[in-house]
Amino acid sequence: MAASEENAERGAAGKLKVNGAGAADGRDLKVVGRPFRKVDARSKCVGETRFADDITLPRMLVCKMLRSPEPHALIKSIDTSKAAALPGVLAVITGKDLPIPYGILPVSQDEHPLCVERVRFVGDPVAAVAAVDEDTAFDAMNLIEVEYERLQSITSIEEAVGIDEPRIHDYGDHGNVHKKVHLEFGDLEEGFAEADLIREDVFFYEGNTHLPMEQHAAVAHFDSDDKLTIWSSTQTPHYVHRALAKTLEMPAAHVRVIATPNGGGFGGKSDPFNHEIVVAKLSMLTRRPVKITLTREEVFYCHRGRHPVLMKSRIGVKKDGSITALDFHSFLDGGAYGSYGVASTFYTGALQTVTYDVPRYRFRGLRAFTNKPPCGPKRGHGTPQPRFGLEVQLDKVAEQLGLDPAEMRLKHLVEPYSVTANYLRVGSMGLGKCIEKVVEGSGWKNKFRQLPYGRGVGVACSSYICGAGLPIYWNNMPHSGVQLRLDRQGGVCVQCGSTDIGQGSDSVLAYVVAEVLGIDPFDIRVVTADTDLTPVDLGSYSSRVTLMTGNAALQAAERARELLTMAVSEKLGVPVENLSFADRRVFDVENPETGVTFAEAVVLAESKYGTIGTVGSYVPPRSPGKFKGAGVGPSPAYSYSAAVAEVEVDAETGIVTVEKIWIGHDIGRSINPMLVMGQVEGSVYMGLGEALMEEMIYRANRNVVHKFPSLLEYKSPTTMEMCDVVTYLIEDPDPNGPYGAKEVGQGPLLPVMPAVANAVYDAVGVRVDEVPITPEKILSALRAKAKGDEPRYGPASIPEVSWPDPLKVLTPAEGGDGKEMPRVAVHS
Amino acid sequence: MSNRQKAHIRFTLNGEETEVAFAPHKTLLEVLREDLSLTGTKHGCELGECGTCAVLVDGRSVLSCLMLGLDAEDRRVETVEGMATEDGLHPLQETFADTGAAQCGYCTPGFLLVARELLAQNASPTRDEIKEALSGNLCRCTGYIKIYEAVELAAARMRGEADAALPEESIYGCK
Repeated sequence: MAASEENAERGAAGKLKVNGAGAADGRDLKVVGRPFRKVDARSKCVGETRFADDITLPRMLVCKMLRSPEPHALIKSIDTSKAAALPGVLAVITGKDLPIPYGILPVSQDEHPLCVERVRFVGDPVAAVAAVDEDTAFDAMNLIEVEYERLQSITSIEEAVGIDEPRIHDYGDHGNVHKKVHLEFGDLEEGFAEADLIREDVFFYEGNTHLPMEQHAAVAHFDSDDKLTIWSSTQTPHYVHRALAKTLEMPAAHVRVIATPNGGGFGGKSDPFNHEIVVAKLSMLTRRPVKITLTREEVFYCHRGRHPVLMKSRIGVKKDGSITALDFHSFLDGGAYGSYGVASTFYTGALQTVTYDVPRYRFRGLRAFTNKPPCGPKRGHGTPQPRFGLEVQLDKVAEQLGLDPAEMRLKHLVEPYSVTANYLRVGSMGLGKCIEKVVEGSGWKNKFRQLPYGRGVGVACSSYICGAGLPIYWNNMPHSGVQLRLDRQGGVCVQCGSTDIGQGSDSVLAYVVAEVLGIDPFDIRVVTADTDLTPVDLGSYSSRVTLMTGNAALQAAERARELLTMAVSEKLGVPVENLSFADRRVFDVENPETGVTFAEAVVLAESKYGTIGTVGSYVPPRSPGKFKGAGVGPSPAYSYSAAVAEVEVDAETGIVTVEKIWIGHDIGRSINPMLVMGQVEGSVYMGLGEALMEEMIYRANRNVVHKFPSLLEYKSPTTMEMCDVVTYLIEDPDPNGPYGAKEVGQGPLLPVMPAVANAVYDAVGVRVDEVPITPEKILSALRAKAKGDEPRYGPASIPEVSWPDPLKVLTPAEGGDGKEMPRVAVHS
Repeated sequence: MSNRQKAHIRFTLNGEETEVAFAPHKTLLEVLREDLSLTGTKHGCELGECGTCAVLVDGRSVLSCLMLGLDAEDRRVETVEGMATEDGLHPLQETFADTGAAQCGYCTPGFLLVARELLAQNASPTRDEIKEALSGNLCRCTGYIKIYEAVELAAARMRGEADAALPEESIYGCK
């Protein structure tokens, strides 16, 4: 509705339309941009918020799942008779009870709720019991007898590309290679020929996990009217809905998924999980509610966290640091199942181009299956690993060229409102301001290469998507839907399928609707993440929620406002363009005492039009990329971050202490600055953990068991390790964001790891080209340096593999149209 | 099914005399959540590693996953449900809510009770003292910063500094 759209300043490119940016009547924003508490904040502070495990239903049974102690084996037999005979056990199921496979991506439906024929990692579930209490379920689980026939385990990327048999899965590119991609944008040879300096560097990024404080839990109830309801700590109720309907062979209309508030997600609750399907099946068999709450150890087996990635980056630059060509390889250790892995693979090659101008670009990516818990999307999904490599490499480039690495970056930024070589359409771009702020705030110019031995500073930048431009199931339907219901007593209920995982997405819905309707956000009832009650929103992943649900909420609210405006205009005889909504009133801007209360306005509208309900929906703009593989990377907008880290490195012990991180984040516009600050600080924290200590590692020589599936031994930062954070919010409204807003949940994590690595080099002169940067790696590099060897710790090379012919796309600068070039048959 | 007889204890729970019967091997965490339906106390590991299940026993913070329910007999136990009074939320609850110190909210009850113990012993803790007191509690959302700020703000208000507020840069970032 034009009435509440306004042009927003955007500097050089003149004025651009920004969705909902202030009302046409010129009144100030009353809600957007203000630090309201979250609409559910108090419930969370008094113990009223009901997480999945807090739900108890009458006659509820408890489920336990028996998991494989073998990393790779055939299931020869399962004997459940003793378990089934135990008093208090109501049902025992195995893989044959749930034969239909599922998976988050249509191209990798490779999981079974309980393993059929084969187990693929230590922790893969093979059987499940439902019993009257947890102790009985546990005892019954231990009475199940499984006979396995061991198969050779594939434990690493190197093994996966070298050992074709046994295959972990009977699909994929070949052997144990799940996926290979090869994309080429522009003439790389020409690019490298133009370069004054060409560098090749190899990096490794160890895997790590989300570690949400809440263990996954689900309660299922198949009621006597044959309707299934499941409450689950999931970030993606819509995809759980699909997986349940498929695996249980039930009409989706008979299945209701309610995502409970997530006690932390970070991507770890984005897949449909075996335990969700298992409790549903057990409830169908027993006709009683069934609950499962995973132990902390089981949460480590669910995983779907950061892929370990081995990378090689070949970069060509001119003397001024401008990039002429980039040739990037990534090898992902995918673990035992597909999960989001195909998307993860593309993401390790997608966003290298959106920060600094990269005129020609080639990407080769490979995802391997291994006998470890499956990897998937963790905060930053597939982009922290290549970003680490690229930003450390640029630090090396700057040093070789004798340039300041911050200034070098600043000089070669991608133009705002441009299309990259790999056809990503960049919108607003505040990275320059981010760099300027952290350089100034940190005192960079007086510190870089000037601090005493053992102290150092490092800089790095990054970018992230504000929502995936394409849905997981390709279709033309909205990515987010909002339904608004106004009642005659002035109540407003906003319904949306989005899931609050702590980031405040429920609050964003209330803030946007309150802004448009001129009411208080705390007047609004927010109903979310319930497939019976709320329109589909694809889920809390890819940093999509504020932008997509925000826009859908804006549209729904503007439609409601229009109905109210017309009814009030008729009643008061005031022209529609003179009516304003604020302070729970609808009034004449020229004569503010002439007006009605918001509730009276609803009565007038309901009297005129009938029940007042409106809907809004959001579909991202089409991407200019039309080639195969162009589905990953496009987004309505990109956020930008820059960070400076200051560290102290003890050369005796190798211990790194990160003292402070200055971070600038281009948020577009803050819907709520206080919540934005919380996301930035939380991202820095999680990045710090990845930089220094977090790692999912396995005992390859001892059955590929997880080395330490516990909160104590899987190291994560406590209050004693967390650094000080100085945050700068850069507001450069993006025309695609609601009120110009962009994402903040994931992007600010990305620059932290390379900034720390670059600071370590500044402090003690050694490169750790690997994450996490642990004391032993620093000591190893320092020893190498002392011996006169390369002062570095990191991988030496990438595996030799054959790549498919590249899919070639002419860049926009070369006159490309976003389509792949016809492949030329090669004759040898 | 357990054939063992239930244990039966009396104790003071959030200021109220309470009786409860439960399987004798249950932890205080399980008794609170399963036998008394006080699900405000959360669990993150049930091994004493994360601080999520902290409650106060006779005023001292205790990991309820490591304490047997039986050992609560005749003790004074306080959980998050007991922090608010007829006068409203406890100042810590208010500042945690208002500053965004509770993101997902799952670790929040544990932090609130440990912070309450700290403020009972030290009305003006320094930032370092707060970090030390909270070092046994893990939070994956906030980076702890908003939690420190909430504790500092609550401490100020409890000292009678009614106008105490978060610094502007904590809300809007630095200029």
